[in-house]
Amino acid sequence: MNPKRKQRLLIILGMVFGLGIAVGLVMYALSQNINLFFTPTQIATGTAPNDQFIRVGGMVREGSVSRDPTSLKVAFDVTDFDHNVRVTYTGILPDLFREGQGVVVQGRVHDGLFAATEVLAKHDENYMPPEVTEALRQSGQLDKMMGKN
Amino acid sequence: MFAEFGHFALVTAFAIAICQGMIPLYGYATQQDTLIATAKPLALLQGFALAVSFAVLTHGFLVHDFSIHYVANNSNLYLPWYFRMSAVWGAHEGSLLLWALILAGWGVAVSLFSRGIPEHMAAIVLSVMGMIGIGFIAFMLFTSNPFERLLPFAPANGKDLNPLLQDPGLIFHPPMLYMGYVGLSVAYAFAMAALIAGRLDATWARWSRPWTTIAWSFLTFGIALGSWWAYYELGWGGWWFWDPVENASLIPWLVATALMHSLAVTEKRGLFRSWTVLLAIAAFSLSLLGTFLVRSGVLTSVHAFANDPERGVFILGFLIVVIGGSLTLYAIRAAAVSEPGRFGWLSRESWLLFNNLMLTVLAVSVLLGTLYPLLVDAVGGGKVSVGPPFFNAVFVPLTAILVSFMVFGPLTSWQHMKDTRQYRPLIVAAIVSILVGALWPTQMLGDYSIASALGTVLALWLVLGTLLDIWQRRLEYGSAWVMARKVGAGFFGMWVAHIGVAVTVFGVAMVENHTEHRDVRMGPGDVQALGPYEVRFIQMESLQGPNYSSEMGTFEVWEGSRLYQAVTPEKRVYSASQMTMTEAAIDPGFTRDLYIALGEPLGDGDWAVRLSIKPFVDWIWGGSFLMGFGGIIAILDRRYRRARARQQQPVTPAEQATVV
Amino acid sequence: MRRALLWLPLGVFAILAAFFFRGLSLDPNAQPSALIGRPVPAFALSELHSGAALTGQDLPQGPYLLNVWASWCITCQVEHPYLTELSKTLPIVGLNYKDERTAAQNWLAKLGDPYVLHLFDVDGQLGLDLGVAGAPETFVVDATGVIRARVQGEVNARTYARIIAPALAAGRAP
Repeated sequence: MNPKRKQRLLIILGMVFGLGIAVGLVMYALSQNINLFFTPTQIATGTAPNDQFIRVGGMVREGSVSRDPTSLKVAFDVTDFDHNVRVTYTGILPDLFREGQGVVVQGRVHDGLFAATEVLAKHDENYMPPEVTEALRQSGQLDKMMGKN
Repeated sequence: MFAEFGHFALVTAFAIAICQGMIPLYGYATQQDTLIATAKPLALLQGFALAVSFAVLTHGFLVHDFSIHYVANNSNLYLPWYFRMSAVWGAHEGSLLLWALILAGWGVAVSLFSRGIPEHMAAIVLSVMGMIGIGFIAFMLFTSNPFERLLPFAPANGKDLNPLLQDPGLIFHPPMLYMGYVGLSVAYAFAMAALIAGRLDATWARWSRPWTTIAWSFLTFGIALGSWWAYYELGWGGWWFWDPVENASLIPWLVATALMHSLAVTEKRGLFRSWTVLLAIAAFSLSLLGTFLVRSGVLTSVHAFANDPERGVFILGFLIVVIGGSLTLYAIRAAAVSEPGRFGWLSRESWLLFNNLMLTVLAVSVLLGTLYPLLVDAVGGGKVSVGPPFFNAVFVPLTAILVSFMVFGPLTSWQHMKDTRQYRPLIVAAIVSILVGALWPTQMLGDYSIASALGTVLALWLVLGTLLDIWQRRLEYGSAWVMARKVGAGFFGMWVAHIGVAVTVFGVAMVENHTEHRDVRMGPGDVQALGPYEVRFIQMESLQGPNYSSEMGTFEVWEGSRLYQAVTPEKRVYSASQMTMTEAAIDPGFTRDLYIALGEPLGDGDWAVRLSIKPFVDWIWGGSFLMGFGGIIAILDRRYRRARARQQQPVTPAEQATVV
Repeated sequence: MRRALLWLPLGVFAILAAFFFRGLSLDPNAQPSALIGRPVPAFALSELHSGAALTGQDLPQGPYLLNVWASWCITCQVEHPYLTELSKTLPIVGLNYKDERTAAQNWLAKLGDPYVLHLFDVDGQLGLDLGVAGAPETFVVDATGVIRARVQGEVNARTYARIIAPALAAGRAP
């Protein structure tokens, strides 16, 4: 094998090796960091794992939002109209958070309560997060949903 | 009938694009110089037609012509004139028109500044760009016509521009970003021309280099502006969210960065040719993919403003033609390219190869993370999301490795470096960086952080390494003055850009590790401590804007017993869309930003309030600006002008060796 | 070996393209209505101007369009001229949704009235039964009083050609 070929072979081997390690690491990081999506029904019936970082989508049930009078603690129900999940959160809710509107929360289930670390509200009147649609479709309630106000 | 005139101009541009895509290429294939010569005039004509079309749409916005569907959907009688200008590209149809206009603009630039390039090469380049134009204009004409009328009765008022986009940031962010995205089409077209003409050599790399660099600069500015806009307009103080749309701009940027560096090797040493061509194809393809991700609704996100599967099918077809076609051509033609010459293990080539490897891995990881939810959904794995933890876990360590080796490339000679004496002062640089970096976090707010120390070490190491390179050049040339004249703008550009990277790295390390951040409940009269300051909530008042109503809070920031500043964050409700927007109050500073934003009212006059101090946050964008500015300096290199003056003389190997 | 390697990028892209094609058919925003193929739900509402009681008996003979609108809805203004044009050939029933009586009357007085019948649904009762997610929405009702199609958002030449016209044609066919 001439030196030029040898060098090229070594370079290619090095690249394959490097890329292999990189892809392995990326896949490992992916498996550690994906957030599975669940519906309120799945949580109420216990199909969703406890104490694991997940996402839940649904509508904020009308009249369910209650605030702590002295802090930023807030609790509300996320519903797919079959089952509700009680969500607790501390912090500032997004501008588009409203009762009767779609919402996606990220966090963990603990003792039947969902402790959210992040609340994402739907973006505008024409847009609904796909997860919300999915949850409502799964519960067969999509078409009974109320929109405005 | 003014709008019809715009539509007519668009149809004309379409016809011209078809000619531009076909005739010069046919002329090249059949060796007819008269047909080849049509390329430049056609490119100018297409630019003119699209400029007319764009001007007509802008006119429609300025005079409130709500009989145009697009205007009715994105403007309003009460929208200020400057937002009516930027509303032209505020939604799907108009932003496509801007895309096409910028593409044609690049075509005009190529036809004006390509005198040093053989006529037939420029013609093929313009032909390829014409073909891309055909796709985009057809997309507009057949699925998203911005001139569609609402006749016979036009609404009296429009729906208003999405309030998120009613911001000065939006006036510049999309045009800059598109300049970058579309500018990569020039590098792509050069690569295709080289493949078609079978001329993949150092000369090709030299032609294509300034175009790549300038497109990269625009892309850098565009991304930085977008991040800055997100920071103060929708981010609640965050500056990067790993949102699919952000990733869609970051991925081409990473690939274009790799392309710039590998083009250097191809130009100077004639190596990495087929790899460089592949990168040029990949960079533009990924820009198109970015457009696809945003427009088709395949990945929905905060930014996706046109979710329409029919359009998605069109874009996908277009992508298959453009990307599939070019990769097929690549597979057929690149086989004939041989790689002459070798390089030693310790050489600038090796370091640039390492740079390319790291940047490619970064780009692939971001792409994988962005597409993963789509891949899982497509195989029936349900809805998942990939959040920032993944991207941070992958991006941060890889970038740290890349940055720590960045200093070596410029200090190393081409081909083979026998003498490692030039590296020796780096030991001092390393010691200084580690000492200063390790101590730095103790000077900042909050706890000691290893990550912050590491970021500081890296940034300082990169700055010192770059200064060492400048110093060694100075020694080489004898005096700073001689060096400044002899060394060439390319080197200055590189130094500025590399220092920009250091500045951004430092900013990120500080913001991510030393931000003081509190969400609190406050009513008028309440006081909260924030770092060295005291924040007093003075009052709330209601205001009326041109197309919104606002609740404005007044906060006083006290430094001890001295009033430092009063700031007024707002909560706005836009009348037409009834959307609520948060306008944060930001007091920018060289070493920190003071950030105060109103959350929601909590009853009894209390509000949720976000208070934070963000150390060195503006360095993130300052560094990005330096990077982009470095690119602009680099293209001023007299080498490119000389190449033009010298006309079509082939570059001899001896000449290649003398060009540093 | 090297030649095969050069085809690799194309292969990777082909796989990606296949996924994208699959992704396109997974429309994240599709909201099918369970009411398609069923009659308009029963209701007891009042007439917008007179306040007279209205029920399903008062609906016109189909085919007609049932348009959900409100004075607070800007898109309704945008689609209004097109509806006015359509109303010359096709009856349109207006369902005024979660609105104020006077605001709605003024709106019609100002912009013109394309409707043959005005239902006033202040609580969104019928809207809820129809599964309305917002305004505007438009339902295509055939000659037998059965809902054939639904347009969410603006009615215009494009949505007419894509959704309404095929539904009308299907309703006419036996």
